[in-house]
Amino acid sequence: MFSKIMVPVDLAHKEKLVKGLQCSADLAKHYGAEVIMVGVTADTPGSVAHTPEEYRTKLDAFAADFGASNSVNASARAVVVNDPAIDLDAILLKAVKETDADLVVMASHVPGIKEYIWPSNGGKIAAHAAASVMVVRD
Amino acid sequence: MTDTSGDQGIPEPSGASDVIETDYEIGQDNIDGQLGPFGFDIHNPVFLVSGIAIVAFVFYTLALPEQAGEAFSWLFGAVTKGFDWFFLGAANIFVLFCLFLIVTPLGSVRLGGVDAKPDYTYIGWFAMLFAAGMGIGLMFYGVSEPMSHFSSSMGGTAAEGGARTDWAPLGAAAGDEAAAVRLGMAATIFHWGLHPWAIYAIVALALALFSYNKGLPLTIRSAFYPILGDRVWGWWGHAIDTLAVFATLFGLATSLGFGATQANAGLNELFGIPINNTVEVVLISGITAIALISVLRGLDGGVKVLSEINMGLAFLLLLFVLFTGPTVAILTGFGDYLLAYVEYLPALSNPVGREDVNFMQGWTAFYWAWWISWSPFVGMFIARVSRGRSVREFVICVLLIPSLVCVLWMSVFGGVAIQQVVQDGYTAAQDAELPRQLFKMLDQLPLAGITSLIGIVLVIVFFVTSSDSGSLVIDTITAGGKVDAPVPQRVFWCIFEGAVAIVLLLSAGGLSSLQSMVISTGLPFTVVLLLMCWAIYKGLASEPR
Repeated sequence: MFSKIMVPVDLAHKEKLVKGLQCSADLAKHYGAEVIMVGVTADTPGSVAHTPEEYRTKLDAFAADFGASNSVNASARAVVVNDPAIDLDAILLKAVKETDADLVVMASHVPGIKEYIWPSNGGKIAAHAAASVMVVRD
Repeated sequence: MTDTSGDQGIPEPSGASDVIETDYEIGQDNIDGQLGPFGFDIHNPVFLVSGIAIVAFVFYTLALPEQAGEAFSWLFGAVTKGFDWFFLGAANIFVLFCLFLIVTPLGSVRLGGVDAKPDYTYIGWFAMLFAAGMGIGLMFYGVSEPMSHFSSSMGGTAAEGGARTDWAPLGAAAGDEAAAVRLGMAATIFHWGLHPWAIYAIVALALALFSYNKGLPLTIRSAFYPILGDRVWGWWGHAIDTLAVFATLFGLATSLGFGATQANAGLNELFGIPINNTVEVVLISGITAIALISVLRGLDGGVKVLSEINMGLAFLLLLFVLFTGPTVAILTGFGDYLLAYVEYLPALSNPVGREDVNFMQGWTAFYWAWWISWSPFVGMFIARVSRGRSVREFVICVLLIPSLVCVLWMSVFGGVAIQQVVQDGYTAAQDAELPRQLFKMLDQLPLAGITSLIGIVLVIVFFVTSSDSGSLVIDTITAGGKVDAPVPQRVFWCIFEGAVAIVLLLSAGGLSSLQSMVISTGLPFTVVLLLMCWAIYKGLASEPR
C-alpha cells in the first residue's frame, strides 16, 4: 500500500521521536517500504551541529543507524533554511512532494487550546499534504 | 539506535574553516518548558536579567517622572560631554580597521567556510541592510539635518566666556551661503557615511565569523572567545549579552519614537489629524500589530519582502524628488558634497581640541552612541543574512555602498530643501519642527499629497521592519544563540518594544529619556566594539584563505 515513508525528525529532541520512529519502522517492514528521514536546520550553529555539513553528516548517520537496527531501507535528507522556526511547515510540505512519499509518519504533542489558532506542525502537514499522514501522539 | 548526544558540541573538522574547539553546547544553559499554552526556550540569566531590568526602568520612569527626567538629562550631558573624545576616537578606529580588512589578504576569508554560497541575492541583501540599518533615521533626518547644519552655519559662531554657544559645525560660515551649504552637507554625510557603517560592519563581521566559521552560538559573547576563552559562557558572557539586549531595545524604542512622531506630523499635514500622545500611542500600537504579522511570517516571508518593497518605494520617492526638484543643481551638488565630505572629514572626525563643542557633543557624539547602541541589532541582522560572502566583499558592501546611497539620499532631500531656501526664499521647511520638515519640503513639489502619503507609508514600513528584525535579534540573544526558539518569544519581544516606546513617549522626558538611555548603553558597548576589532583580527588570521 505504501512504498515511501517520510519521517520528519528533530535531532535536538530525539527523546520525543522514539514512538514515531518505532511506528515507522513497523510500517516500513509491513509494507516493504523505504524510509526517508527529513531534518531541517538553520545555517547558524545550533545545539545539534555547528555547520549545515555537520548536520547532514549526523542526520545521515542517524538514518543509517535506524535502518541497520530495524533492517529497513532508510535514507536521510537535510534541508537548510534561514528561519526554521517559521518555515518548518512549508519546508516539510515541499519535502513530501519532492521525495514523492505516499505516507508521512510524524510525532506530535497532544493538542490543547493553542492549536485552535496555531496548529501544530503535525496538524498543518495532515491538513495540507497530498500523502497520507499519521500523527503519533507522545 | 545508539546515543549520539555525547558528541554534540564538538565540531566535526570540515576542513573548510578553522572551527574553535569548545565543550559548550548551544542551548545548554537554556531553560525550556511550557507557559500556559505557549512553549519557551530561553537563556536563563540573560533573558531574566534584561527583562526585569527593563521593566524596572520603565516603572521608575513612570512612577517618578520628574526625578527620572532630571536624572536622564544629567546622564545625557555627563556622557556626551565627558566621553565625546572617546566616541569620536573609537569611531575613527573602526573606519580604519575596516579599510585595513579590505586591503589585506585577510579579506579573502569567506564567511561560512571556503565553499559557502550566499543565501541572498545582492538586491535582497542590500534591501535588508538598509531597512534594518537606517530606515526611519533617513526619513526623519533626510531633510532636517542638512537644513539644521546649513542654518546654524549661516548664523556664524557665537561665544560666551570663551566657549562656543552656537551649534554650527567647525568654524561655521557666517553669511556665506555657498560655504554654508557645503559645510552643512559635509557634516550630515559625516554622520551617515563611513563611520556608522563601519560600526555596523565590525559587529556584523564578528558575529558572522565566530558563528559561521568558528561554530560558536550566534550571540555577541562568541566574539570574545579569543579574549576570554571558556569564561564567555559564564557571567562575563551574560553581562555582554545583557548589555547588547539593553542597547538594542533602547536604540529601537528611540527610533520607534522618532517614527511615531514623524508619522503623526505627516498625518497632521495631510489630513489634519491632531498631534498628541493618544494618536502616537494608537500609531505605535497599530504599527506593532503589523510588525507582529511580519514576525509571524518569518525572515523570508516577512522582513525580506517588506524590505524589498520599501527599498523600491524609497527609490521611487528619491527619483521623484530628484527629477521634480532642481535636478541639475542636485546632481552637481552630489559630486560637490562628496568632495566637501572628503575635504572636511579630517577636521570633523578630530576627537580632541575642538572648538565647536555643541556640534561635536550634541550631534556627533550622540550619533556615534546611537549607531553603536544599534550595532548589536543591525550587526546581528546583517550577519544573519551574509553567510557565503567573502570578508572583502562583505566590508566593501556594508561600508562603501550604503555610505554612497546615504550621500545620495541626503544630497537629494537635503539639497532640495536647501535650494528652496537659497533660490526661492521658501523657508517653511527650515522653520518647521524636525518631524515636519520632510513634508514641508515635499509640499513645494508637484503631487505633494501623494508623495507625502508615500513618505508616511515609508516611515511606517521602516518602523515595521525595524521592530520585526529587532525582535528576531533580541530573541536570538536571549535564547543563547538559538535561531529556532519557539515563535511566541519573538511575539513577546515585538510587543515589549512597542510597550517601551509608548511608556517612554508618555513619560515627562519623552524622547529625551530614550536618548539618554541610548547613549548610556552606547558607552560601555563602545569598549565591547574596540575589543571586537582585536578578536576579529585574531579570528581571521587563523582562517584558511
